[in-house]
Amino acid sequence: MLRDITLGQYYQTESVIHRLDPRVKLVGTILYIISLFVCNRFTGYLIAALFLGVLIKLSKVPFRYMVKGMKAIVFLLLLTVAFNLFLTPGEPLVQFWKLTITKEGLRFSVFMAIRLTLLIIGSSLMTLTTTPNNLTDGMEKLMGPLKKIRVPVHEIAMMMSIALRFIPILMEETDKIMKAQIARGADFESGNVIKKAKAMVPLLVPLFISAFRRANDLAMAMEARCYQGGEGRTKMKPLQYRKQDFAAYGIFCCYLAVLVLVSQIGMIV
Amino acid sequence: MGIIQASKLVFEYIRRDEEGNAEGITRAVDEVDLDVKQGEFVAILGHNGSGKSTLAKHINAILYPTEGVIRVDGMDTREEAHVWEIRQKAGMVFQNPDNQIIGQVVEEDVGFGPENMGIPTKEIWERVEESLKAVGMYEFRKHSPNKLSGGQKQRVSIAGVIAMHPRCIILDEPTAMLDPNGRREVIRAVRALNQVENVTILLITHYMEEVIYADRVIVMDRGKAVMQGTPREIFSQVDKLKELRLDVPQVTMLAHALKKKGVPLPDGILSAQELAKALGY
Amino acid sequence: MSIILDHVSHIYEKDTEMAAFALRDVCLTIPDGQFIGLIGHTGSGKSTLVQHLNGLLVPTGGCIYFNGQDIHQEGYDKKELRSRVGLVFQYPEHQLFEVDVFSDVCFGPRNLGLSEKETQLRAFEALRQVGFPEEYFYQSPFDLSGGQKRRVAIAGVLAMKPEVLILDEPTAGLDPKGRDEILDQIAGLQKETGITVILVSHSMEDIARYVDRIIVMNRGSVLFDDSPKEVFRHGRELEEVGLAVPQVTYILRELKERGMAVRTDATTLEEAEREILQALGRG
Repeated sequence: MLRDITLGQYYQTESVIHRLDPRVKLVGTILYIISLFVCNRFTGYLIAALFLGVLIKLSKVPFRYMVKGMKAIVFLLLLTVAFNLFLTPGEPLVQFWKLTITKEGLRFSVFMAIRLTLLIIGSSLMTLTTTPNNLTDGMEKLMGPLKKIRVPVHEIAMMMSIALRFIPILMEETDKIMKAQIARGADFESGNVIKKAKAMVPLLVPLFISAFRRANDLAMAMEARCYQGGEGRTKMKPLQYRKQDFAAYGIFCCYLAVLVLVSQIGMIV
Repeated sequence: MGIIQASKLVFEYIRRDEEGNAEGITRAVDEVDLDVKQGEFVAILGHNGSGKSTLAKHINAILYPTEGVIRVDGMDTREEAHVWEIRQKAGMVFQNPDNQIIGQVVEEDVGFGPENMGIPTKEIWERVEESLKAVGMYEFRKHSPNKLSGGQKQRVSIAGVIAMHPRCIILDEPTAMLDPNGRREVIRAVRALNQVENVTILLITHYMEEVIYADRVIVMDRGKAVMQGTPREIFSQVDKLKELRLDVPQVTMLAHALKKKGVPLPDGILSAQELAKALGY
Repeated sequence: MSIILDHVSHIYEKDTEMAAFALRDVCLTIPDGQFIGLIGHTGSGKSTLVQHLNGLLVPTGGCIYFNGQDIHQEGYDKKELRSRVGLVFQYPEHQLFEVDVFSDVCFGPRNLGLSEKETQLRAFEALRQVGFPEEYFYQSPFDLSGGQKRRVAIAGVLAMKPEVLILDEPTAGLDPKGRDEILDQIAGLQKETGITVILVSHSMEDIARYVDRIIVMNRGSVLFDDSPKEVFRHGRELEEVGLAVPQVTYILRELKERGMAVRTDATTLEEAEREILQALGRG
């Protein structure tokens, strides 16, 4: 069960998308997400979906990996759709019991579903094609200017990259402790909320202790390897824009232009 | 002059009860003298809690002596100006392979030390390549550490230390959490470093098979270095080792038992071949 | 009273491209009172196998019977099963969580719904069985040494009074003395109470010294299942799957190769000693 989480997992292969600078992918993803929320026409979403489809094809990552990430948010998706479907005021379409589906609600909820789906697939594409380390490097570089206002950019990036490295380890550990306690007759499933919360104690205490022990060990190992913060550090893989990265920015601009154009035309017609 | 020199090294810490009140003082390292020469392979034996790990942490300037002096390559570890140079010269590999790998890709982890030292990018790549080759992990350079076996992870950790070009490597029970195959892999890599690259090795362990190859063995008990000598000299004293809660290799045990039954055998037999020879075959 | 595995298979991440056989058509009978050693290199399926014995995993094929009943049939009481088949995981001290040793050991029996008095009696007995000193009963388990923590964790399972006790590498990371003490304690317990013990270990010497039956796993299948003497006869096959024979067996082989008239089937130090003395005409 704990193995199913794909979000944040890297799919190793060689592709144009994999080779792009992480900054391009980060900025691109953000722009893409914004475009999804700005757009309000079906044609626009069609273009957005097509654009994403082409990128996925280029990335050589099997499509089912993208969909895997969806599983985690199906519930959220349904909830959003339901809210929009029933709670948007407007021209009634269907009515039963106390619930009313309006034309606007229908339209809006369908939009919402498309938006969220594309959003998740789009960001999965980014995490699947970028190593977490690369991603944090990209963030560190993008947020670089914030250092001037005393934001600890390097530290934040380091924290994220350590978190990403230890997530799978702690997940496995959770699984192990859970099994060990079940073997001692623990019950994590039955009972009401309070009982369930209480049942978590034998899982959480060992997990926290282990996490702190690991943190302690890791800090010592980092010090032993001369880690003293971002000052004076060099990079093994410094980020450098290449031609393809500028080309990718260009393509993104075209995509945005087309999308805006389509929306505008829609307004006029 | 030795690369690591300690004289009358003492480390004490204050034990506290649950409320944080001082209960007493524990002497974890008690007047230990140490002199390790460049290129030497020294093994430190001792049961859990004998002070061997505490001693090791002094060499890397993670802990500082309460009394006495420890010098690494001539530098006193208590002088703050030298700390980073000492840590670079005396690399350290720890017990738990998961808790010392920082990178999410093997090569990035090996590059972590050189990055911290401010080595230029091009040289980092050269160092990473040579280090991974030295431990036989080059073909795994693009892998995630999470997918490696314990022995492979420890070899990556060793590569991460080598990439800093240390003059000696301290390994603090590097094989305690590994299976027999992983243990062999790691010890083979360590021996190769010592013999081929002439790196000084300080191996802390409680597996007897691993110390047979050392030039010198130091046995610790209750913070003191109680025995010192070549593996053969140490393993000649089976009864004393047993007293110190330590093992001896099975062949040494067997020879010892036979000798007690009146078979004329020398002390400190370390291999089956030696036993056969001593028995006249 | 027995555990029977009937053609048990287990595939992790079924239906994905990462699907891998962890167990392949395993058939085993584990009768009462045996001391069994389970060996196999890392990834051979040992850990998966032991988790099937107390129903923590559900097989993707085949059935498991405990005392004649299919443990995965509708309405079977798994909690009861887990109290009768105790499983001590690797590094079991990582599961300790209570404020003091005694409360932690009480966790298991309390989960079984026993009375407070019975719970405490069992915890007391279990701690005594693993040789844990009484003066530390009310200390925090986190202040103990590695070996003592391990004892507490094993007591935590023993307090459920299992009929079968499975230990997954109970000595990993301990020093020689701690290792011998724990294994001796377990062997003593097995003799005293007659429970079945399944010991997973990487040390051929420990296995040879304590068990009366060895199950060798390789790539999810049972490679050998026999007495230690018989299993260790297959030196080459064992080496091929990343295992070995006890060191003394190697020593005897070396002696034999050099012309000494010794048999090479001794697996413990005492046996090897006897064998050599005999060959020297001193036995």
